[in-house]
Amino acid sequence: MIPGSFDYHRPSTIDEAIGLLASHVGDALILAGGHSLIPMMKLRMATPEHLIDIQDIYDLSAISIGADQIDIGATVTQAQLIHSEELADCCPILRETSLQIADPQIRNLGTIGGNVANGDPGNDMPAIMQLLDADYVLQGPDGTRTVKARAYYEAAYFTARSENEILTSIRFAKPPAGHGSSYHKQKRKIGDYATAAAAVMLEVSNGSCTSASIAMTNLADTPLWAEAAANALIGSALDADAIAAAVAAARAITNPASDGRGPAEYRTHLAGIMVKRAIETAHARAG
Amino acid sequence: MNVQSPPTDKQRIEKLQGLGSSRKRVEDARFTQGKGNYVGDIKLPGMLFGDFVRSPYGHARIKSINKDAALAMPGVVAVLTAEDLKPLNLHYMPTLAGDVQAVLADEKVLFQAQEVAFVVAKDRYIAADACELVEVEYEELPALVDAFKAMDADAPLLREDIKDKMEGAHGARAHYNHIFHWDCGDEEGANKALADADVTVEEMITYQRVHPCPLETCGCVASMDKINGKLTLWGTFQAPHAVRTVASLITNIPEHKIRVVSPDIGGGFGNKVGVYPGYICSAVASIVTGVPIKWVEDRMENLSATAFARDYHMTGKLAATKDGVITGLHCHVLADHGAFDACADPTKFPAGFFNICTGSYDIPVAYCGVDGVYTNKAPGGVAYRCSFRVTEAAYMIERMIDILARKLDMDPAELRMKNFIKKEQFPYTSALGWEYDSGDYHTALEKGMESVAYKALRAEQVDNRAAFERGETRKLMGIGVAFFTEIVGAGPVKNCDILGLGMFDSCEIRIHPTGSAIARLGTISQGQGHATTFAQILATEIGIPAEDITLEEGDTDTAPYGLGTYGSRSTPVAGAATAMAGRKIRAKAQMIAAYLLEVHEGDLEWDIDRFQVKGNPEAHKTMKEIAFASYNQAIPGLEPGLEAVSYYDPPNMTYPFGAYICVVDIDVDTGVTDIRSFYALDDCGTRINPMIIEGQVHGGLTEALAIAMGQEISYDEIGNIKGGSLMDFYLPTAVETPMWTTDFTTTPSPHHPIGAKGVGESPNVGGVPAFSNAVHDAFAHKGLTHTQMPHDHWRVWKTAQKLGLTD
Ligand SMILES: Cc1cc2nc3c(=O)[nH]c(=O)nc-3n(C[C@H](O)[C@H](O)[C@H](O)COP(=O)(O)OP(=O)(O)OC[C@H]3O[C@@H](n4cnc5c(N)ncnc54)[C@H](O)[C@@H]3O)c2cc1C
Repeated sequence: MIPGSFDYHRPSTIDEAIGLLASHVGDALILAGGHSLIPMMKLRMATPEHLIDIQDIYDLSAISIGADQIDIGATVTQAQLIHSEELADCCPILRETSLQIADPQIRNLGTIGGNVANGDPGNDMPAIMQLLDADYVLQGPDGTRTVKARAYYEAAYFTARSENEILTSIRFAKPPAGHGSSYHKQKRKIGDYATAAAAVMLEVSNGSCTSASIAMTNLADTPLWAEAAANALIGSALDADAIAAAVAAARAITNPASDGRGPAEYRTHLAGIMVKRAIETAHARAG
Repeated sequence: MNVQSPPTDKQRIEKLQGLGSSRKRVEDARFTQGKGNYVGDIKLPGMLFGDFVRSPYGHARIKSINKDAALAMPGVVAVLTAEDLKPLNLHYMPTLAGDVQAVLADEKVLFQAQEVAFVVAKDRYIAADACELVEVEYEELPALVDAFKAMDADAPLLREDIKDKMEGAHGARAHYNHIFHWDCGDEEGANKALADADVTVEEMITYQRVHPCPLETCGCVASMDKINGKLTLWGTFQAPHAVRTVASLITNIPEHKIRVVSPDIGGGFGNKVGVYPGYICSAVASIVTGVPIKWVEDRMENLSATAFARDYHMTGKLAATKDGVITGLHCHVLADHGAFDACADPTKFPAGFFNICTGSYDIPVAYCGVDGVYTNKAPGGVAYRCSFRVTEAAYMIERMIDILARKLDMDPAELRMKNFIKKEQFPYTSALGWEYDSGDYHTALEKGMESVAYKALRAEQVDNRAAFERGETRKLMGIGVAFFTEIVGAGPVKNCDILGLGMFDSCEIRIHPTGSAIARLGTISQGQGHATTFAQILATEIGIPAEDITLEEGDTDTAPYGLGTYGSRSTPVAGAATAMAGRKIRAKAQMIAAYLLEVHEGDLEWDIDRFQVKGNPEAHKTMKEIAFASYNQAIPGLEPGLEAVSYYDPPNMTYPFGAYICVVDIDVDTGVTDIRSFYALDDCGTRINPMIIEGQVHGGLTEALAIAMGQEISYDEIGNIKGGSLMDFYLPTAVETPMWTTDFTTTPSPHHPIGAKGVGESPNVGGVPAFSNAVHDAFAHKGLTHTQMPHDHWRVWKTAQKLGLTD
């Protein structure tokens, strides 16, 4: 569990970082909190020759909450997401999810950019970003572009980001006041990735569900945005039948691996239970 | 005026901080400040680092090894393979179980992660890089993973090195993959009891392969001093003296030219009893290069290559009358030892003390047989905080009792009460030959049941089950009862030895002129707090405050010979030696006091910290005064100084016991198990330091939780290890660990000088069946008899699904 040797760079501007990335393309990796990358390097599953540490780039480290839009810089840590009261008021699912990631030591270093950028199917934030219909802002030598979180993930560790781009921030519309949301995650212990997890966000008006979004973690090689499951709720009273329909639709799109967390059959079953519980909690919180 | 009144007896006793005092651990000052000194902290001038090239395959022939690229790398000093060790006859080493184990793979690899080559380099980074450059060409062979297939006629031959040696260390081998057959008891009688019984139950109970996973992994620093020809080995050794003797026997270096030192050890739990290839390779590399070599394994190496625990498949059969009197026990074990038999048991006990499997019950006739087999898995089979297979035995009998209770439709606690060995039956000789020293099982279980309000819990469970049927809850409540009897303190030299070394232990005490002292023992603490508790034993014996006694262990150049610390043996054996050495000091002190007080020895009596003249307590000499006198007075007939050494050969084992009760709530939809409460009553005889006992119980229960609810080292069908990292191997954190409630009764051991029995392992032994019984109990009304551990989420859900409880 000793990484191979590498050169370490610590730029203080985005341009400098992009320049470094361009000059070592293929041999360099961005280092943010290091809590995914360094374990991979210790296992020699990642053997970068250059590490470009972006933690000193001040422009990447802010949470800004506008009237309609929320912008989160790539190096914002999970601890920052937890501690921002303003964020918790308008988009509580980010705090709720962050608190279910690993432990405080890891959350103090792990960044949102690192969590969503590389397409690790175990990470929790990608599903949340799909839930929120977020845009990822990618900057490279040719400038800046945005990619929808719902279109970003191609397969495990394969994403729409090209090797010479840095994910600089995440943007999404401020969730409507009065929405209800919830993230239900089952894991074997603190520090483990989800056996199954589901995020739900919905609005209720006069007892009827007017909008809904559902996404799931670690149930396929990418995060899963469960559009049909959400549609099963819209227009319903969130009654048992509607929930059962949503659960069935959610389970239908899962394709989990069989691993130490359990066989695929169990994880698919559990996905439904997580969806059901997240709907019920979100419903209780709406209004 | 400021007149100081003399201290009261109570104050004098408190000042000693002797037996029964919850004295704070003296070790913690350094550990809590990061000032411990572990193998990893040792730095010597010129030290080089070793690292292993390991096998990616479970079973393969090595066709070639090419070291050139590795040797060409700057900073690489040497690459050792079996070919290099052969001329020294060190490519195999003896195991503690009478087998041999490849130090570096000889022509074949037999388990994934087996040591193939040892790279020595200037730093550990270069060593790791160079390991990648050693080119090994393998030809994969069919792997044997399922122990039940090991003795099939067409099973792959694993051990070519001993294929013609059909007489093993423990008798005849019935197959080339067979290691030993060992049995005990009256098979005919047990079978007859089963045939005649009103009721019988039978179950195949697997205790899965797990790993003790100490926080500090195994490692060593070997340093050969070419000038004086002395080899010093610092390492994670639970038995430093045994390592010295074994090292001398296999290297032919005279024993006085070897010094073995165990510095601070970060947990052992049995994982650090054995001798590992890393130790031998480091020593050889140091002898060859003349500079110190450090080798420390990483976490994944620790989990996948150094000693595992358990892996026992136990088929139990119980016979009973219709009203629940047990009339016989029969059991057979298939023991998976991996590729080499490297378990650490006394020579005559290849299955450890598994024949304690009659447990706490008065079973008139019993038989147990054990067959050990080779498979393509890592070697080991150590205790993991259990004395030699006791936890396997306790798990088997405690599950079987519950299974019998179900069949009889009896409360499992009641069935236990009915069959317990009675207080007046002690000393009690079990059907399998052990002489239980003391016990009072009924009192302990009654106290436990009262403390947890057992009847009310059962009533609540009835309500819970009804509510579940009505669809009002999706949770099922389970109550797990376990009552264990441990057998610890190995052991009497007449029947316990390891590689021919009798399992006594030792203590040497020197009292300094000013009345403080140093004591050295043959044991070695790995977190048990010996420096705290052994000083307490002495404080009470010799009247010197515990804080004035330094305790040293682990350096074979200074400590008296002993067999080390594992199997809860330190207090029963070395603790006894400590008390006996203290008594020798006191005997001499009495003679000195008699001289000083000008009375006859017989006129003196011991009082807390002094000898006083009977009937005239004013005339006394404190231990401090006596100590000084021993150094400055010429006392006729007495040598100067005040020292003693004692080697203690225990007359018997000790038999701690306990009653554990666990309550769980199981979510049938997710398989998540909530431990609502856990009550642990331990009887370890005389209690030396209640706080340390509580700490030991907390730690052992947490390990038991881990084993019962999640730990497993498993292999896929081609021998790839699964769960070989902490990502998958279940180590609970504070979040998963419930609150523990501890309690005690005190039944002293009649043969131990201070009546103490040892406690470190009890919670692991008793905890596992308590958790497992609780999980089974939750589903008992649905007809569940047994499912294999670990009871992790998906397996519990699977149980619920099979019983038709899920949607
Ligand atoms: C024991 C443990 C348990 C964990 N459990 C969980 C969990 O349950 N759920 C969960 O979601 N996470 C979990 N994590 C991961 C952790 O939460 C971090 O969020 C995660 O490691 C990614 O953040 P990071 O800043 O550490 O990224 P790094 O490790 O620094 O980087 C991760 C990858 O993303 C790339 N990268 C990083 N930032 C950027 C960027 N701005 N642009 C482009 N590429 C970038 C890197 O090159 C690298 O390939 C766990 C980690 C550990 C060690």
